[in-house]
Amino acid sequence: MATTNSHVDTTKPAAPAGPLDATGAPGTLPLPHKTARLLTLAGAVTTFASTMLAWTWTAEFPGDLTYYGSPVDLQTLTLVGSVLTIALLLSGSGVRGLRWLTPGGKTAPVVLASLGTLGVAWFSAGAIAVVLGGLVNFEAGMWVAVAGSLLTVVGALGLKADEPFDPADPTLRDPGAWRRFRHSLKAPAPSPGKALPGWAELLVIAVTFGLGLYVFTYGIDTPYGELFIGFLILVGFGAGALGRAGLNQRLGQLTAKHRNVTFTAAFVAAACFPFTQSSDQYTSVAANILIFATVALGLNVVVGLAGLLDLGYVAFLGVGAYAAALVSGSETSVLGVHFPFWAAVLTGAGASLVFGVVIGAPTLRLHGDYLAIVTLGFGEIFRIGMENLDGSSGPSVTNGANGIANIPDLVIFGFNLGEDHTVAGFELGPFANYYLLMLLFTIIIVTIFRRADRSRIGRAWVAVREDETAARAMGINGFRVKLIAFALGATLAGMAGTVQAHVTSSVTPEQYQFVEVVPPNSAFLLAAVILGGMGTVSGPLIGASLLYLIPAKLQFIGEYQLLLFGLALVLLMRFRPEGLLADRRKKLEFKETGQLDVPTGGPGLSKTEA
Amino acid sequence: MITKTATSAAPYGKSGPEPVLRASGVTKRFGGLTAVRDVDLTVDSGEIVGLIGPNGAGKTTFFNCLTGLYIPTEGEVAYKGKVLPHRSHLVTQAGIARTFQNIRLFANMTVLENVLVGRHTRTKEGLFSALLRGPGFRKAERDSEQRAMELLEFTGLANKRDHLARNLPYGEQRKLEIARALASEPGLLLLDEPTAGMTAGETSATRELVLAVREKGTAVLVIEHDMRFIFNLCDRVAVLVQGQKLVEGSPELVQADERVVAAYLGTPFEGEPGEAEAAEVREAETRGGDEIHKGGRA
Repeated sequence: MATTNSHVDTTKPAAPAGPLDATGAPGTLPLPHKTARLLTLAGAVTTFASTMLAWTWTAEFPGDLTYYGSPVDLQTLTLVGSVLTIALLLSGSGVRGLRWLTPGGKTAPVVLASLGTLGVAWFSAGAIAVVLGGLVNFEAGMWVAVAGSLLTVVGALGLKADEPFDPADPTLRDPGAWRRFRHSLKAPAPSPGKALPGWAELLVIAVTFGLGLYVFTYGIDTPYGELFIGFLILVGFGAGALGRAGLNQRLGQLTAKHRNVTFTAAFVAAACFPFTQSSDQYTSVAANILIFATVALGLNVVVGLAGLLDLGYVAFLGVGAYAAALVSGSETSVLGVHFPFWAAVLTGAGASLVFGVVIGAPTLRLHGDYLAIVTLGFGEIFRIGMENLDGSSGPSVTNGANGIANIPDLVIFGFNLGEDHTVAGFELGPFANYYLLMLLFTIIIVTIFRRADRSRIGRAWVAVREDETAARAMGINGFRVKLIAFALGATLAGMAGTVQAHVTSSVTPEQYQFVEVVPPNSAFLLAAVILGGMGTVSGPLIGASLLYLIPAKLQFIGEYQLLLFGLALVLLMRFRPEGLLADRRKKLEFKETGQLDVPTGGPGLSKTEA
Repeated sequence: MITKTATSAAPYGKSGPEPVLRASGVTKRFGGLTAVRDVDLTVDSGEIVGLIGPNGAGKTTFFNCLTGLYIPTEGEVAYKGKVLPHRSHLVTQAGIARTFQNIRLFANMTVLENVLVGRHTRTKEGLFSALLRGPGFRKAERDSEQRAMELLEFTGLANKRDHLARNLPYGEQRKLEIARALASEPGLLLLDEPTAGMTAGETSATRELVLAVREKGTAVLVIEHDMRFIFNLCDRVAVLVQGQKLVEGSPELVQADERVVAAYLGTPFEGEPGEAEAAEVREAETRGGDEIHKGGRA
C-alpha cells in the first residue's frame, strides 16, 4: 500500500494505518503489493460479471439460476460479496469518496470480504453439483464465478498486512504461511471520526438500522436452506470485514452518543418488519423469535448480571403461560373465567413471581454447579407436575399431557389480534399482530434490563457475581439481591409466557422441556445468552434469532441438530468465550488487549488514541 | 515457646471515651483446633491500633470474627456499645468496613463502580426506584457518584475512574480497596495487611493514607507483618500468638517486650540473650523482609 500514502487526505487526522504501510508485514502469498491489488480487483470484477451469466441450465435448482443478466438468490449474494470486496479495496487504495469505508484496517477487510464471496460462490457450485448430480450441470457462468472468486482471494492474500510484525515476538521472525494469514486478518483500531453534524449522525443511525432490518428480513424470508446457508456465510464474513474496517467501532461511538435514538431506531426497524411481509408465513417465525429472545433477555438478568446459573428457566415461561391459559377463557380450562388481557398478564407474571420466590428461597443458598443442578431439577419437576395434574394422577387442573387447548385470540380495545387487519394499506395477519404485541413486551423488558443494570441493585448483582464474600463485606445482603434477580427473571419470563400462550393457542407440558429440538427450552435459552454475549441487551436477541432460524431454515439437518448444536457451543467456547457481542467488561476480561485503559467513547478505542 | 501469660498484659488507655470496638472473650474453634482463644481488644475513637503476630497466629481469623464472616464460638463483639450480629453485611451496615489480605476487588467492574458498590449500605434505592427512575433515584445516584469521586480523589485514583479494577497496578488496587471500604462511611476501618507486597515507597504512601483516614475521624485496626510500618503508625499494638493475646501496649512497650521477640524468633538460648544481639537480629529481619518485598515486586 506504499502508493496510498501520497493520497492520504490531509483534512482527516492521520489514519493509524498510514505510517504502517511502508512496514506492513508481507501477506500470505508472496506477491508484489500492486500486482496483488490488480489481481484482487480483476477477480472481483470477474466474479461480479459471472453473476450476470447463467450458472446452470435447468430450473430444477431452487431459485432458477438459468437467466442471463438478472442475478437471483445465490447469485445476488455473490454479487453483493464482490461489490463489497471492490468497494473495500478501492477505499483501502484511497479512492476519493469511498475512504470513509475503511477508517481502520485496509487489507484485513478485503481478505475477509473476498473469502466470504469465495464461500458463497463455491458453496453455490457445491450445492448445484450435489442437488443436480455432478459438475456437468454447470453453465459457463458458474465456472467463471468459481475462478473469479478464487482469483480475488489469491490477490487479497497477496496484499500487505495492515500491521507490521511485532518485533518483540520471536515466533514471528520467520512466520509460516498460516501465521502470515492469521496476521493479515489483524487490523488497527480506526482513527477517531470527523465530527458530523447532529442530523447526519442520526441519519447514519437510521440508515444502519434500515439496512439491518433489510438484512434480517432477507434472512428470515429465505425460502430454501441453500440460500440461508449462503446468506449466513456472506453475513458472517461481511460483518467480520466491516468490523476489521473499523465501521463497527465508528458506529459504536455514534450509538453510545445517541443511546435513546438508537434504542428507538432499533425498535422502529423491528416494528417495520411485518409491513415488509405479504403473508403470515414468516411473521410467525418472527413472533416466535421475539418470544424466545425476550425470555433469553430475562434469563440474562439471572445469568449475565447476577451470575446465577439457572438450567430450569423455561419453567417460569411455562408458569406464566399456564396461568394465563387458565384465566383466558379456554374451553378446556378448569377455571372457566375470561380475564381481560392486562389482568391475564398480571396473573401470569404474578404466578411466575411467586413460583420464582418459592424456588429461589431454598435453592439460592447453593452456589455454582449445585445451583445449576437444583434448578435443572425444578424445571423438570414443573413439567412432570403439569403432566400429572390431569385428574387421574392428581387434581384436575391442566389436562395433563393434552394441555390447555383452544385459547381464544386476544382482543385488545376491540381489536381482535386473531383476525386480518389492514393498516395503511398493508395487510397484517394474526401473527403480525402478535409480533407487534410481543415487540411491545420486548421493549418493556429491554427497558427493565437496561435500567436495572445501571443502578444500585445492578451493581450489587455484578458485585455478588464477581466475589460474593467481598460483596457481603461491603454491606450487600447476598441472598436478598440474588433472590431479587431470580424473582425479576421469573416475572419477565412469566410476562412473555402470557403472550406465548395466545400465540401458540395451546399450552402443553412438552413445550417446557430442558432440551428439545424446538426453542425455547432451558438449554437453548442459556445457549442464546452465552452465544450472543452475557450481560448485553443485543447479545441474547441475536443469539436467539440465530438459534431459532438455523434449525427452522435448515430442515435437512433434522436429527443431527443437537449434535451440531453441541459442536457449535464447544467451538464457540474455544474461540470466542465472550460470545458474539461482548460487553465492554467481557471484552477486556477474555482478551488481553495490552492496554490498561478502558475505552470511554466506544468499544475498542483507547484513550491514548482518542 | 510462649508461656501462659496471655491476657495478663494491662489494658492501655482505658480511661478515654466509649470505645468504637470492644471485643470481649472472642474464641474461635475449628473442630479440635482453637484458632483464637479468649481475646479481648478495644479500639477507641480516633485511634490506630495494630495487631501483629507470627504467621498462623490467628490474626485474620480474629478479623473474620469481628466482621461477621465467622461466628465466634464464644465471646461477643460490640460496636459503639451495640453487640454486632454475625452477618457480614449487617456488620458493615453498623459501621465496620474491612479490606482483605489477598485483594478482593470486583475485578471486572470499573474503579468507580467498585467504590459505588461500597456505598450500598448508605443508599436504599431498590429495584422499583431503579426501574421508575424518579427524581429521588437520580439524586441518589448523583450523590453517590459525587461521594465516590471524593473518595477516589482522596486516595489519588480519580483519574482512573473508568479503568477496570483488575487492570490497576498492585499498589493502586490496595488503595482502591481502602476507598471502597471508606465508601460505606465506617466508624472503624479494618485493614488486613495493607502493605503486603509493597515497595518501601508504596508502604510509606499507605502510611500517609491511613493517617489521613484517621484525620477524617475513622478509627483503624490494622494487621501487618511489616514491623517498621506498624511501630511508626500505631498508637497501640496488640500481639497475637497462637490465638492468644500476648502483649498489648504502646509500640515502644511491645517492641521492648522479650516475649514478643521470642514469639517471632523462638526462645533465646540459655543465659543472657543480649539486647544488642536481639536488636541486630531484628534489624536483619526487617531489612531482609524489605528486600524480599522488593524482589517480589520486581
